[in-house]
Amino acid sequence: MTQTNHGRAFVFGDGIDTDVLAPGLYMKYPIATIAQHCLESIDPDFVKNVRTGDVVVAGMGFGIGSSREQAPEALKHLGVAAVLARSFGGIFYRNALNLGLPVLVCDAVDGIGAGDLVHVDAATGVIDNQTRGTRLSAKPLPPFLLAMIHDGGLVPHLEKRFAQGRVTGSSGIQDRLGSTIPIP
Amino acid sequence: MPMTLAEKIVARAAGRSQVVPGEIVTCAVDLAMIHDSGGPRRVVPILKRFGVGLWDPKKVVLISDHYIPANDEETRRIGEVTRKFAAENALAGFYDGEGICHVVLPERGHLKPGMFVVGGDSHSPTGGAFGAYMFGVGATEMAGVLATGEIWLAVPETIEIEWLGRFGSGVVAKDVMLYLCGQLGMEGGRSQAVHFRGEAIRSLDMQERMTLSNMTAELGGQAGLVDPDETTTAFIRAAGAEPGDIAQWRSDPDSAPSERHRYDAAALAPQVAAPHSPANAAPVGEFGSVAIDVAHVGACTGAKIVDLRMAARVLKGRKVAPGVSLLVAPASRRDQEAAACDGTLQILVDAGAKLLPNACGMCAGYGGGELDENATCVSSIARNFKGRMGTASARIYLGSPYTVAASAVRGRITDPREML
Ligand code: SF4
Repeated sequence: MTQTNHGRAFVFGDGIDTDVLAPGLYMKYPIATIAQHCLESIDPDFVKNVRTGDVVVAGMGFGIGSSREQAPEALKHLGVAAVLARSFGGIFYRNALNLGLPVLVCDAVDGIGAGDLVHVDAATGVIDNQTRGTRLSAKPLPPFLLAMIHDGGLVPHLEKRFAQGRVTGSSGIQDRLGSTIPIP
Repeated sequence: MPMTLAEKIVARAAGRSQVVPGEIVTCAVDLAMIHDSGGPRRVVPILKRFGVGLWDPKKVVLISDHYIPANDEETRRIGEVTRKFAAENALAGFYDGEGICHVVLPERGHLKPGMFVVGGDSHSPTGGAFGAYMFGVGATEMAGVLATGEIWLAVPETIEIEWLGRFGSGVVAKDVMLYLCGQLGMEGGRSQAVHFRGEAIRSLDMQERMTLSNMTAELGGQAGLVDPDETTTAFIRAAGAEPGDIAQWRSDPDSAPSERHRYDAAALAPQVAAPHSPANAAPVGEFGSVAIDVAHVGACTGAKIVDLRMAARVLKGRKVAPGVSLLVAPASRRDQEAAACDGTLQILVDAGAKLLPNACGMCAGYGGGELDENATCVSSIARNFKGRMGTASARIYLGSPYTVAASAVRGRITDPREML
């Protein structure tokens, strides 16, 4: 997958929690079903309108709440290419990266309006708002997390390592994945 | 260099003599806890892709609580997948319908001070009540842990929260956490280690400490630690385990938390959080005009034996108001048995409570339909997000078991101190 993404912005406020992203009522179903109810309690048309490559933009605490991985998975399933927010729930943040969904901490989200066409480069943290002709910046992801996202997430990433027989031993996940990570 | 309790545990798990906040380390996991929702049904396919089994089944505990009891085809299938996994692996423990994971895990002696534990559930910080560094991860990351026994971590900063003095009558751990959510917000913990200290904390029994640590999740902390002491060791021994040497598991005197908050325990009033966030907390007196349809005592946060006893203290000799339903889901089978033995359960039932299974039930909202459209509910669970209990139009208020019980009697949100 590509680390550069390009699509329309869907803008939300603060505190979008995991029950809104993956409602408990549908949790027993496969992701395709859960995804049909993603964000419906605050934006009933989101699922209908979102297209592959679109970008979700939010304020503080995006993904706070439960550890349910279906929260980022639903967004990914719907084709969301990246999430930009002022801050993220800690478990959601790790989950999203593990699933290969770029999540970027960005203080300048006010510079993006609903429907703006934006271009996100997860490697540099550069966000071009093409509708407004402005350039914003987010915290770039460190190389080893980008590599994991590039592989499609933690599973394909570890799979590759297991295939190479490099997982057991004292080298540790840190050495396998790289040397630094950002703190959400 | 002096270290905080969190730093000491992380350093030990990372095989290091010293760690510094912000530094990235790889930790060896002492114990992994998974449940029926995020566990086997989600991790098995990933382990298959890796082509490996569990790194160490003796360090894995599996607890079925989210889809208990099974009530349709999907949930029965989830139960089967879960039991099959337990049958195929010689796990350290498998508890099927014995209660909610965060309560059952320590109840069966799996937690000890100084352990580094990963849980496949967001309320995993509950384990911090035992002076263990325990935190929640999602299913994919858990699959990585189950395959390798390791996980990366940014060494947390420590946010120290000290409660001086003693809590007043009718004021409990739940009130503390709702108050802190109101004061510091749901991101006050900044994904770091929250460390609860002070005389008021030391005076709490183990299950009350578990409520504190549990709701560190709502406070946005990665872990929620309490210093282990005689209360801790007594609980662990009663659970049939050996606590080991606890003296080393405390912060060094000159260690440096990144933040320090101090509060006066005696000044705290019972708290209630309005829909749809635990951060909407205010003293219970501000909610006197809120009429309720349902009062719910449930969840790992609010239906342990101490919680049931709180509700019973209020309900003794009283009845639930007409038109209000009081639902009680004891957090574990053992806690329910204890409540049956000491008369607690009888008091609840005599007051009009309906008993629900020892499981997540309404708290997970996975069953749906428990609350009517537009119902107003006051509950002892940990979070009141929109749709949390399965009905998006429902309004959920959070309060302590005391507050829930008092509100059930009056039919509106009530300060329990009027009834104690
Ligand atoms: S009782 Fe509620 S908070 Fe506790 S584990 Fe179950 S769903 Fe989560």
